[in-house]
Amino acid sequence: MTIRWWREVGWRHVGGLVAVIFAVVPVLYVVSAAFNPLGTVVSTDVVPTQFSLVHFRSLFEDPARPFPRWLLNTVVVCAAVTVVQVFSSAMAAYAFSRFRFRGRRSGLLTLLLIQMFPQFLAVIALFTMVTELGEALPALGLNTIAGYSLVLMGSALAQVWLIKGYFDTIPRQLDEAAVVDGASQATVFFRILLPLARPILAVTGLLAFVGVIGEFLLASIFLTDTDSKTLAVGLYGIIESDRSNNLGVFAAGALMTALPVVLLFQYLQRYIVGGLTAGSVKD
Amino acid sequence: MIRILCLGIAVGTAAALTPGLAAGRHFVVLAVAWIVVAVLLVTYATRRALVAKYLVPGTLLLVLFTVAPVLATVQMSTTNYGDGTRSTKEQTVARIVANSVVQAPDSPTFNLSVATTSDGEFMFFLVDRATNHAYAGNEQGLKELSQEAATVTKGFVTAAPGYTFLTPAQVNEAGPRLKEFAVPTADGAIRQRGLREAFEGRTTLRYEKPADTIVDQRTQTRYTVQRQGDREYFADSTGQRLSEQSWRASVGLENYRRAFTDSRILGGFLRIFGWTVVFAAGSVLLTFAVGLALAVMLNDPRVRGQKWYRSILLLPYAIPGFISILVWSGFFNQEFGLINSLTGLHVDWLGDPFWAKAALLLLNLWLGFPYMFLVATGALQAIPGELKEAATIDGAGGFTAFRKITLPLLLVAVGPILVASFAFNFNNFNVVELLTHGGPFTPDNPDAGATDILISYTVRLAFGAGGAQFGFAAAIATLLFVITGVLAAAQFRATRSLEEVH
Repeated sequence: MTIRWWREVGWRHVGGLVAVIFAVVPVLYVVSAAFNPLGTVVSTDVVPTQFSLVHFRSLFEDPARPFPRWLLNTVVVCAAVTVVQVFSSAMAAYAFSRFRFRGRRSGLLTLLLIQMFPQFLAVIALFTMVTELGEALPALGLNTIAGYSLVLMGSALAQVWLIKGYFDTIPRQLDEAAVVDGASQATVFFRILLPLARPILAVTGLLAFVGVIGEFLLASIFLTDTDSKTLAVGLYGIIESDRSNNLGVFAAGALMTALPVVLLFQYLQRYIVGGLTAGSVKD
Repeated sequence: MIRILCLGIAVGTAAALTPGLAAGRHFVVLAVAWIVVAVLLVTYATRRALVAKYLVPGTLLLVLFTVAPVLATVQMSTTNYGDGTRSTKEQTVARIVANSVVQAPDSPTFNLSVATTSDGEFMFFLVDRATNHAYAGNEQGLKELSQEAATVTKGFVTAAPGYTFLTPAQVNEAGPRLKEFAVPTADGAIRQRGLREAFEGRTTLRYEKPADTIVDQRTQTRYTVQRQGDREYFADSTGQRLSEQSWRASVGLENYRRAFTDSRILGGFLRIFGWTVVFAAGSVLLTFAVGLALAVMLNDPRVRGQKWYRSILLLPYAIPGFISILVWSGFFNQEFGLINSLTGLHVDWLGDPFWAKAALLLLNLWLGFPYMFLVATGALQAIPGELKEAATIDGAGGFTAFRKITLPLLLVAVGPILVASFAFNFNNFNVVELLTHGGPFTPDNPDAGATDILISYTVRLAFGAGGAQFGFAAAIATLLFVITGVLAAAQFRATRSLEEVH
C-alpha cells in the first residue's frame, strides 16, 4: 500500500465503499427488522443482532392481513400483464422489424410518444371506466384482480422498441432462408426469431414484472377490499396502520417480496446493463 | 386450428354476454365488446392483413386502456363531474319530481315489503290493499307481478327469486336512504310510509320538457335551470333553489379558468408546478452527478472487484420501489428515525416544508444513483480510449481531458436518458405519496401540500377526503398531458438517431 497506490487507486475504493454503505444500510435495516422478535422501530438496529421467525409466521397466520392472498394476487397480476406485454410487444416488434408497410415509421414514433405518457395520468377516467365496466360485468369491476390486470394491459406495447432493436440485430438471411424452405411468416416468428431473442425477452419480461409489482397509484384506488389487494397496497396498509409497532411484520413481507426480484436482477445483470444503455427505464 | 378456436371463443363469449348486457342497458360495454370481436374477425379470419395480425392485439389494448382514457380525461375536464354531480340531468329531474309526492285523501295504499337485489339496489314489493294485486317497483317504474313471480303471505309479498327481503329492523336502519326512494307511476309516485306501508300520491311538481322548467302546480312557481358557481340547479326567478340536487353538465373551459384565475388555486398550482420542476430536475442532477462520479472512480482497469461493486450497487435499483420508500419513510421519523439517531440531529424531516423536500431528494438520490452509475459506466466504456490518449499527449491534464473530451461525448450519449429520467420523476407519484403524502399542509390550503407534485395533487383532488372533484382534477391532468408532451418532444430532439429510424 504505497502512497502512490493510494493516490491512483486507493481513493477510488474509498469512494466506492462510501457508496456501498449508503446503498446497503437500508437493506440491512430491513433484514434486521424482519428477524428482530420485537419488531418495533425503537428496538431495531441497522445490524441484525437477533434471530426470530415470528413475523414471518404472523404473516401467514393473521387473517386480518392475508399475505399469502396478496402474494397470489400479485403473482397473478404480474404474470398476466408481463406475458401479455412481452408477447404483444414481440409481435409488434416483429412487424416493425421485418415488414415494410405504410405508416411504419409514424407508427413507431407514435408508440414512442404514447410510451412517455404514464398510463396512470388518466387515473380519473380509468376509475370511472372500471366502475362502469363493473356495473355491466361484476367480474371485471373495482376490487377485482381481473379488472385491474386488464387496465394494466393498456401498456401492452411498452417494450416494442427494445425488442425491435434486438430483432434488427438478427440477420434477415435467417428468416429468408426459412421462407425459401417453405416456412410461413408465423413459423419464422415463433420458431426462429422468438427463440433467438430469449435474452431480450427475459429482460423486457423482468422490466414489465418489476413495473407491475411496484404499481401503487391505480392499485390504491381500484383495490380497497382486503382480499383483493396486491402486495404494494397490502404492505403499505400494514406499515401505515401502525408505523412504530408493525415494522417487523412489514419488513418480513418486504423481504419476501424483494428477494426473488433481487435474485432475478442479479441473474440477468449482464443483459440489464446492456438494455439500460439502450435507453430503458424501470418504472 | 388454434386460430379458429380462439376466434370461436371470442365470438362465443361476446354472444353469451349480450343478453345480460342488453337487459342491464350497458350499451357502451356491449358495443365495445362487439367492436373488439369484429376487429379480431376481420384481422384473423382472412389470409390477408399480414401486418395487422401482428399489430392488432397490442394496439387494441393500448387504444382501450391508454388512449381512450386519456381522451376521456380531456373530455371530463370540460364538465363539473364530481360529488353531487354524478347523475345525469334526466335522473336528477325524475328524482326531484318523484320526491314532491303528497298524499291525497283518495290515494291508494299498499302493504310494503322492501327487498334488495344482489348488488344492493332496493326494490319495493307492494300489495294493493283495495284490489290485492301484487306489484314490484323501483326508480325505473312499477310492474304488476304474476302469481308465480312472488309468494304472497297474509297480504304481504314474502319471497321472490333473486331478492333478499329486509326485516323490519333492517328497513328501519335503511330509513334515510328509503326516504329518498320513490317509484314513479303514471300520475305520481309511490313512497314509503312507516315500515310496512306505502301510498301512491300525486306529484306536486311537473317537469315541462319543451321549456326545460319544473312547475309547482300548487303555487304555479316556475323553476328554470340556472347556473350557480360551476353547477346548474332548478331555481325560481329570485335565484332560490328548488332542490340542492345538481347534475353532470358541460362547463366548457370553466375548470381551466378557475385554475388560472382563482388566486388561491392559482397560487397553489404555480407553487406545485415550480416544485415539480425543481424536484424532477434536482433528482436527475443529483443522481447523475453521484452516479457519474462513481462511474469515473470505479471504471479504471486498476480497480479490482468491479463486479462486486456493481452487484451491490444494483440493490437499490432492483428492490421494488414501494418497499424502499416505505423503509425510508421510517428513517425520517423525528423521534426514533435512523437518520436523526445516527447523526444526533433533531430535524423534523417530514413536518417542515424545507426538510420534507430535502428528504424527498435524498430518498430519490438513493433510489436513482445506481441506475445512473450503470448508465454512465456503459457510456464511459463506449468512448474510445484513443481520444483520451490523444488529449493527454497534447498536454491536457487528467481533469482537463475529462472535462473537454469525455464529458461532452458522455452527455451526448446519455442526453436522452437524462430527459427520460426527468419525465419519469416529473410524474413520480410513488415517492411523494408514500414518503410525505404531499405534506406538510397548511390549514389555509388543505388541498395543496408543500411537497405535492402535479400528479399527487391531481389524485388528491379526485379521490381525496375533500370530496371528488373529477372535472377539475381532470383539467389538471390534462395540463399534465400537455407538459408531458412537451417533455416528450424534448426527448425526441435529444435522440438524434431517431431521425433515421429504419
